[in-house]
Amino acid sequence: MKLSEVISLINGELLSSIDPDEIEIGGAMGADLMSDVLTSVQPEAVLLTGLCNPQVLRTAQIADIRAIVFVRCKNPTPEMLEISKTENIPLIKTKFGLFTASGILYNAGLPNYELEADGDCPY
Amino acid sequence: MPNNNSVLSDNDAIEISRTEELAYELKISEVMSKNVKNIPPTMKMETAIDIFQKERFSGAPVVRNHQLIGILSIEDLIRYLREGRQDTDVSDFMTLNPITVQHNDTVIEALKIFDKTHFGRLPVLNENGELVGILTKGDISAGLLNALQRDYHSEEIIRYRASHLFEDIISDRTSLILRYNIRKGDFNQGGNASNYIKRALLRMGASKQVARRCGIATYEAEMNLIIHTNHGGTLRVEIEPHKITVEAYDDGPGIEDVEQAIQPGFSTATHEVREKGFGAGMGLYNIKRCADEMQLISSKGRGTNLYITMYLNKIKEKDENINKD
Repeated sequence: MKLSEVISLINGELLSSIDPDEIEIGGAMGADLMSDVLTSVQPEAVLLTGLCNPQVLRTAQIADIRAIVFVRCKNPTPEMLEISKTENIPLIKTKFGLFTASGILYNAGLPNYELEADGDCPY
Repeated sequence: MPNNNSVLSDNDAIEISRTEELAYELKISEVMSKNVKNIPPTMKMETAIDIFQKERFSGAPVVRNHQLIGILSIEDLIRYLREGRQDTDVSDFMTLNPITVQHNDTVIEALKIFDKTHFGRLPVLNENGELVGILTKGDISAGLLNALQRDYHSEEIIRYRASHLFEDIISDRTSLILRYNIRKGDFNQGGNASNYIKRALLRMGASKQVARRCGIATYEAEMNLIIHTNHGGTLRVEIEPHKITVEAYDDGPGIEDVEQAIQPGFSTATHEVREKGFGAGMGLYNIKRCADEMQLISSKGRGTNLYITMYLNKIKEKDENINKD
C-alpha cells in the first residue's frame, strides 16, 4: 500500500516534505514500547505509536521502519523533524487513537507486520 | 523540489537537492564552452551570414582587441536581410552592451539571468573583461550531470574501498574496532551510536539483515548503558571478516542476579524511563534473540560486561526470524 493511501485512510497530516506516493508500505505495527518494536517489527512497516520522542526515530532507523504515524495528534519536535529529513523517514499525525487508526488500516487490508511474542509466553 | 524555471527563494533553499547545491558550487568556468568563435565588428554582414550558415551558429560574440563589444544573433541577421542594405558591417547590426557573466561566478548566477532575460546564451568574461567563453543552458545541464557523475563515482570508490578493506590489508588477523562513549541519562543521543554502527556495517558490505540484527542488539545495549549505569559506559564493536563482536561495559552498579536480568519482562527501570518507551524488561532478552552468542558478566557493586557475537559467513536462522520479509 502506498503511504499516501495510508495517510488518506486515517485522515492523517504529513509533517515531512517527502513524497508519500513514492513510498511503499508492506504492513503495520502499533506500539508505545520501543523494546516491543525492536523485538517484533518486520522491515518496511509503518509504525503507529503514541510515543513522540527522538527514540522513536532512532528505533525506526535501526529496525528499517518506513514511516511513523503519531496517534492522538502528537506533534514531533523540530529535532525529530530534522532526523526525519536526514534519514528519509516520513512523519504523519492523526487525530485517531492507536486502536482506531490500527483498525482502519487493518480493515483496508494492510497486513500485520508485528511478530507474535515467542511461543511459551514467558512473561 | 522547487520549480526548475524559477530562481530559488530562501524557502526553497531549505529543501535544496544535490543538483541545486551543485549550481551554487560549480563555477561558470567549469561548465562554459571555451574556444569561442568570435567575429570582428569590421566583418561584412554578408560574410557573417555565410559563417552562421556554414557553422550552424545561432549567435556569435563580437570582439575588438580581446574586448567584447556586442553580440550578433539570428535576430540581427534577419533584420539585416529585411532591410536589404548593401555593404554593411557587423557593427551596424550587432546588439550592443550584451549582458555578461564572470567566469568566477557560480552557475546559479547565470541561471538567474537566464530566468530573467530568456537569452539563449551568455558571454563569459574574465577579470580583465576579456571574452573567455560562452554559456548556454545546455552547457549548464551537461556540467551538472558531469559533476553528479563525479560525485557518484567517488562515492562508489569509497564504498568499494570500505567493503574491500579486509582483502587489501594483509595480517594474521585483521579487525576494525569502533568505540562509542555512552553517557548516563543521555536519552537525546540514545540510539545514535547504534545507528552509526549499523551504517558502518552496511558500508563494509554486511547484508541488510545482519546490519539490522546487529543494530537492534547494540541499540538495546546502548539504552542499557544510558538507563542502568552509574556513569555511562562504552560500546566497543570489533568487525572481522567472519564475525562481529560487540562489548558493552560499564563500572557499575552491576547486576545482582544475572539469570533473572535476562528473563523477559524483568525490569528495574523507573517510571520516567518507561515513559520514554523503554525499560519493559525486554532488552537483554531481545539482544539474546538477535545474537549468535551472548554472555553477560556482572556482579553487584562491580561493573557489567556484555558480550554479543554475530557470525557473518553463515546465513542464520535468526535473520529469517527477525527479518521476515
